[in-house]
Amino acid sequence: MFSADYIKDMDKILSKYDQKRAALLPLLHYVQGKEGKITPEAEKNLAEYLSEPVVHIHEVVCFYHLYHQEKQGKCHLSVCQTTACALRGAEDLIGYIEQKLNLKPGEVTADGKFSLDVVECLGACEIAPMLQYNNVEYKGFLDKKKIDEIIEKHK
Amino acid sequence: MEKITSRHFGIPNSHLLETYRKDGGYEAARKALTTMTPAAVIEEVKKSNLRGLGGAGFPTGMKWSFIPANNPKPKYLVINGDEGEPGTFKDKYIFEQDPHSLLEGIIITCYAIGSHKCYVYIRGEYIKSINAVQAAIDEAKKANFLGKGIMGTNFDLEVVVHQGAGAYICGEETALLESLEGKKGFPRLKPPFPAVVGVFGCPTVINNVETIACVGPIIAKGAEWFAKLGSEKNGGNRLFCISGHVNKPGVYELPNGTTLRELIYDHAGGIPNGRKLKAVIPGGISAPLLTPDQIDVKMDFDSLKAIGSMAGSGGIIVMDDTTDMVWAAMVAARFFAHESCGQCSPCREGSGWVYRQVKRFYDGHAKPHDLKNLPGIINNIGGNTICAFGDATTMSIGSYVSKFRQEFEAKIKNDNFVPTA
Repeated sequence: MFSADYIKDMDKILSKYDQKRAALLPLLHYVQGKEGKITPEAEKNLAEYLSEPVVHIHEVVCFYHLYHQEKQGKCHLSVCQTTACALRGAEDLIGYIEQKLNLKPGEVTADGKFSLDVVECLGACEIAPMLQYNNVEYKGFLDKKKIDEIIEKHK
Repeated sequence: MEKITSRHFGIPNSHLLETYRKDGGYEAARKALTTMTPAAVIEEVKKSNLRGLGGAGFPTGMKWSFIPANNPKPKYLVINGDEGEPGTFKDKYIFEQDPHSLLEGIIITCYAIGSHKCYVYIRGEYIKSINAVQAAIDEAKKANFLGKGIMGTNFDLEVVVHQGAGAYICGEETALLESLEGKKGFPRLKPPFPAVVGVFGCPTVINNVETIACVGPIIAKGAEWFAKLGSEKNGGNRLFCISGHVNKPGVYELPNGTTLRELIYDHAGGIPNGRKLKAVIPGGISAPLLTPDQIDVKMDFDSLKAIGSMAGSGGIIVMDDTTDMVWAAMVAARFFAHESCGQCSPCREGSGWVYRQVKRFYDGHAKPHDLKNLPGIINNIGGNTICAFGDATTMSIGSYVSKFRQEFEAKIKNDNFVPTA
């Protein structure tokens, strides 16, 4: 089971929803925020907590892009490859990151410092090409220099 | 030109309640709650010709009136802020720079439809937006604009921010409801429509962020004022998002009657490096492409529909004459293949098939019969699926093939390439 301080926070999330299962997405965000990934153990605990079958939790974890079952790098890069970014050179930049970090999309560097994801539109086409790092900050009008800076900062 | 939804953009601290109240913030909500009946609010919004700005363009007031009056179940308002249509980024600006205008619209809308609970569904990647809206809710609660007995009336309202988790399909309103219920984002069959059976099986209105941000100004200044700003049957202005090969990409609030040419050349500063226009997506990636001879079209829902495209979400992506249109089709097809939710076979299998076919052209492995087969594959997705995603795939990719067929032909080679897996 989850520890008591988890449960305290989770009860607070649950109270916002009119049906228990509806709290699943925010609860997964919460657990992932704490543990860095969604483990089979966490799925089992969430299933108990929500009185749902584990499969309902697992299929949601698999369906949504933002939940991951493996830990990301300390600095996670999500680079957009959709039309507006592609028109402004995203492909070259993705290649540059791959080469610089010796990393393919979906992989984490051996030292655990960086991971790379190539993603579809993040809703920031006005600053294309762009990436999101550490799942929060958007960095736009991306070029090799800016990529170097991000990587240098998180080395 | 008078700005509506972008009126606070760029003002320092525009996200704070104090700033929002300076030019009459929350007075429209007060007016509605204290001097108008819910029916009068709906009537006013109907008269304003406000239409759903998420992409479908459905008349907003009419949507609200579909909520059954004598249904004993609770009613819900759900705000669709799962902004994911490539080329679209306007809701982000409202969330981050004017969250109180959204909240004020929510209060008036909930009052009109008799709802005491509203969920604001925001795409999972928009962390700043989520924080901004939550902070605004907290401020509004403290000031008694939300919570119990709003502004001294007996109207209660709770607003909850719900973070999405990265699935384009959840922008489809019934997929969004499924997602809000803690499930995979699989679109539902309609009917029943959400107005009757929505979230938790209860009557639900789902509106886009920008649509709801228009409601406060409509109540404050009147339906006639709003209707006059737009074109016929399409009131108000619109936040147009323009990106791709333009000098000044960004969000521009302009009247619905603005032409695409004005948008590209007058507002977005034209195309860089003196290049020429080759193609433009007028309303998000799902909208069929337009060619340079079509850009004198007005950007309202009806005008774009009349020339075989759509206004969609207002996301304009411009492509200059250096763009390889087979490559551009491949990028779009890759998007659809990636984002198909997998519920309906024609879309799940078809979107991947279309992507692989277009990629075969781009890679230089296509044969003459591939060009013959491609339209058939594309056209067998749309119309055969639960939601409009399949139609979008068909319309979007179909337009690349039909309008730039010669570029596909040019890539055909009679090599002996045999595709694997």
